[in-house]
Amino acid sequence: MVIFIALFLHFDMKQKYTNAKRIWYTLAYKKYRRVKRMNDDVILRLDKIEKSFGTNKVLNGIDLTIKRGEFITLLGPSGCGKTTTLRIIAGLETPDGGRVLLEGKDVTDEEPNKRNVNTVFQSYALFPHMTVEGNIGYSLRLKRVDKAVIRKAVDEALELVQLSGFGKRMPHELSGGQRQRVAIARAIVNHPKVLLLDEPLGALDLQLRHQMQIELKRLQTRLGITFVYITHDQEEALNMSDRIAVMRDGTFEQVGTPTEVYDRPKTSYVANFVGSANILTGIVGSTAGGLVEFSNPCGAMLAKADGGNYAPGREITVAVRREYIDLVPEDAAEGGAGKGLAAVVREKRFAGGVLQIIAMLADGSEVVASRHGIDSPLRTGDKVTVTWAPENAVIVDSEGAE
Amino acid sequence: MSGSTRVSRKKKGAGLSLLSVMPLYVFTLLFVLGPLVYLVVLSFLEREEVWGVVNRFTIKNYLSIFEPIYLKTFYESVKLALVSTSLVAIIGYPFGYFMAKLNAVWRKRMMMLLMVPFWISSLIRLYGWIIIFRANGTLDWILMGIGITDAPLKLLYTYPAVAVGMVYALLPFMIFSVYSSAEKLDWSLVEAARDLGATRWQAFRTISLKLTLPGLLSGVVLTFIPSMGLFFIADILGGNKVVLVGNIIQEQLMKAHNWPFAAALSVVLMILTSLMIRMYRLITRVKDLEGLV
Amino acid sequence: MKNRTKLPNVYLAFILVLMYIPILLVILYSFNESKISSVWGGFSLKWYEELFRDKALLEAMVNSIVLATVSSLSAAVIGTLGAVGMARAKLRSNGIIEYISTLPIMMPEIILGIIFLLFFSLIGLPFGMTTLIIAHTSFCIPYVFILVKARLAGMDKSLVEAARDLGASEMRAFLDVTFPLILPAIASGILLSFAMSLDDVVISVFVTGVNTNTLPIKIYTQLKTGVTPKINALCTLMFVITLILGLLSVRLSKVQNKPVKSEKEESL
Repeated sequence: MVIFIALFLHFDMKQKYTNAKRIWYTLAYKKYRRVKRMNDDVILRLDKIEKSFGTNKVLNGIDLTIKRGEFITLLGPSGCGKTTTLRIIAGLETPDGGRVLLEGKDVTDEEPNKRNVNTVFQSYALFPHMTVEGNIGYSLRLKRVDKAVIRKAVDEALELVQLSGFGKRMPHELSGGQRQRVAIARAIVNHPKVLLLDEPLGALDLQLRHQMQIELKRLQTRLGITFVYITHDQEEALNMSDRIAVMRDGTFEQVGTPTEVYDRPKTSYVANFVGSANILTGIVGSTAGGLVEFSNPCGAMLAKADGGNYAPGREITVAVRREYIDLVPEDAAEGGAGKGLAAVVREKRFAGGVLQIIAMLADGSEVVASRHGIDSPLRTGDKVTVTWAPENAVIVDSEGAE
Repeated sequence: MSGSTRVSRKKKGAGLSLLSVMPLYVFTLLFVLGPLVYLVVLSFLEREEVWGVVNRFTIKNYLSIFEPIYLKTFYESVKLALVSTSLVAIIGYPFGYFMAKLNAVWRKRMMMLLMVPFWISSLIRLYGWIIIFRANGTLDWILMGIGITDAPLKLLYTYPAVAVGMVYALLPFMIFSVYSSAEKLDWSLVEAARDLGATRWQAFRTISLKLTLPGLLSGVVLTFIPSMGLFFIADILGGNKVVLVGNIIQEQLMKAHNWPFAAALSVVLMILTSLMIRMYRLITRVKDLEGLV
Repeated sequence: MKNRTKLPNVYLAFILVLMYIPILLVILYSFNESKISSVWGGFSLKWYEELFRDKALLEAMVNSIVLATVSSLSAAVIGTLGAVGMARAKLRSNGIIEYISTLPIMMPEIILGIIFLLFFSLIGLPFGMTTLIIAHTSFCIPYVFILVKARLAGMDKSLVEAARDLGASEMRAFLDVTFPLILPAIASGILLSFAMSLDDVVISVFVTGVNTNTLPIKIYTQLKTGVTPKINALCTLMFVITLILGLLSVRLSKVQNKPVKSEKEESL
């Protein structure tokens, strides 16, 4: 009898032990997954999105992965498709092909009011017949949230955008900057998974724009909401973003951090769109010591090898930013590493806060160098050698070379 | 992956809109298109002896129009319309033009002052003219008082009275039309002309007049169309002396009970009117009537 | 261009005076004691008293008001639904229907009157209030339709998108955003229709029944047969009513212009 009880207890304990182990492992696994999720958590994914308007193919099968909590900017000129992309994410347009995945769920066909994604429109789109409070609280009223809760949420939102006390005003009584902040407050009060901003600062003057850039970034870090931001202003993108997606004609030319996009542009388009660069082409002569030597009829140049395969005789394109260009007067005692292009100074122009010196090469093309100050000892007509430190020359447009 | 749900999303929205336009569609087809179609059909039918209509196709009704008495009436109607329109143009164009040159405050006031008589029932306005025109009415009172005439002018029930009545009723259309055209005029063009040596009149003739011409022309068309139909002005101010197409139609319909003929007359009137409308559209290249309302 | 002469203003004033004289005379003589308008008998309100004792006239007045109200409201519903529906569902037949539905205000009224008379006879509809309402609605719809359509076209489309983005269904977005913004246009349309309906004589004459009289019809017949200053009193009253309605309509269209679009502005 005792043996029977003992056996029973033994097996029971074993069962419990197995269960406990199972439970423990499950919990541990979930924690592991949660930690993993927080670190490389993809909140939004665009999968081969295609969209045409009539015969105009606006989006050509774009892919994008957006991480939770990041500030990503779609940067590009008008017509490149960035607004269309945003609208597809918001649900205001449906793509012709591809999927939109929000936290893993396919929301491509879902109505805009069912997604937990909110938009700050370019024109702010504040409801003119509602007060500021009315505008901000609209989405909560739709969900039939308790009035007291709404009031509290609205007050919090107003405080976040520094418009406390403006609740009872009407949109037409507000200035442009104030309306913009109401538009932002209205979009965040919902705690959306992703906040979409369509060139929100376009209508503001320079000073206000800089101020708002700081405020927006601060807001984003504080709230932790994923921001998808649209602009054509590369300065804005460089200042605010965790990552930038440079768009052109319906495709992403490069997606990377501001540093990556600025220092290591992949294509000449990116090099020239973000900051401005001189684009030079030449035939590879030799590769040695981490440097690529290439030349064209105007002279010989050096560029930093980026690990790609640059066999002699290949044509490569190199981008050198204006601020890295050195114009060495011909008669200066330089010698030595005088790899450069022969040029003649054409024009000196003060623009955008820097002095631009434009020099013409032997084949008629131009190179622009920029520096601080308002003048330089170089005169129009001076003969110079255009040169640069090799590490500042980036090889671009080398797809297919890796 | 083009989901079937994608298509259904568009369809759902369309369903609601379809429902929304239904009342308008039904009403328009039933109560506007229907009657119009019936009118045309009726005009081709024969008239029964005493009452009613026989289902026999005929163009007799249209041929009857060519009888001298009816042709004359059409002619009279058109003539009256032309006279009224010309008068309205002469009086209204300067008004609209001058109005456009007023400053903003006065322009608004002018608009209000013009709109008020426009809204007031046309009958009231007509009645006012009766008071003025009838024997020993106001006009006589003034004229006899000053001494220009010493017997009452029997102006009521005459052609001029009708003309005045028509002009009075139609003037606002012309004024609005000219005004909206003149308001958009770029006065700096006139200044440039004067700067280049044109006199006031020359500048007006070559610049202002040419540029406000569309307003004038559309006003002409806008005036002409209603003038064909305002038979009750002729009825009241002209009595039996002035007979227009409208009067005939009414007569044929009510008294003679010759419906097909009345229908034919109406169709002809409508054709004339739509020709006018076509001209209006051509002149202004406007697809809807927002300006009118 | 600077006005060196007073000619323009004189001209404007002159014509304006001419335009108002008939109306003012009518109003003036409504207070005239004497029956004959060329003789001023002294200020009196007796015609107004007589007016209110005239049962037939009062009945006609009630008819007119009822008719105008029902017609303008029906037109508002049909016209608004139509304009809104057409803005969203771009069918090819929209253009034609729009054209046909606005014909009633483009045609000479007499034609409208005739086609209704003939049509109603054809389908055997008894003449009276019903036919009057149908006829009046038909020429009221264009006013509402055109005004609402214009307002819709001028509205910022991103407002509806914003509402949807914030969680509103299609219907909710319409009710919360679109409808409040087109309301002034609808109201304007109703007021304008009301005034037009009250004023209509031609069409009413054709489609009315033997026992139904509207105010304009009564006035018209009296003008043709014989006039008593009672009519003056009546006209004056109508004048006041229409004036108020018109002013309201204008006031409304001014309200419209303020919060039209969510416009962008420069900074503070």
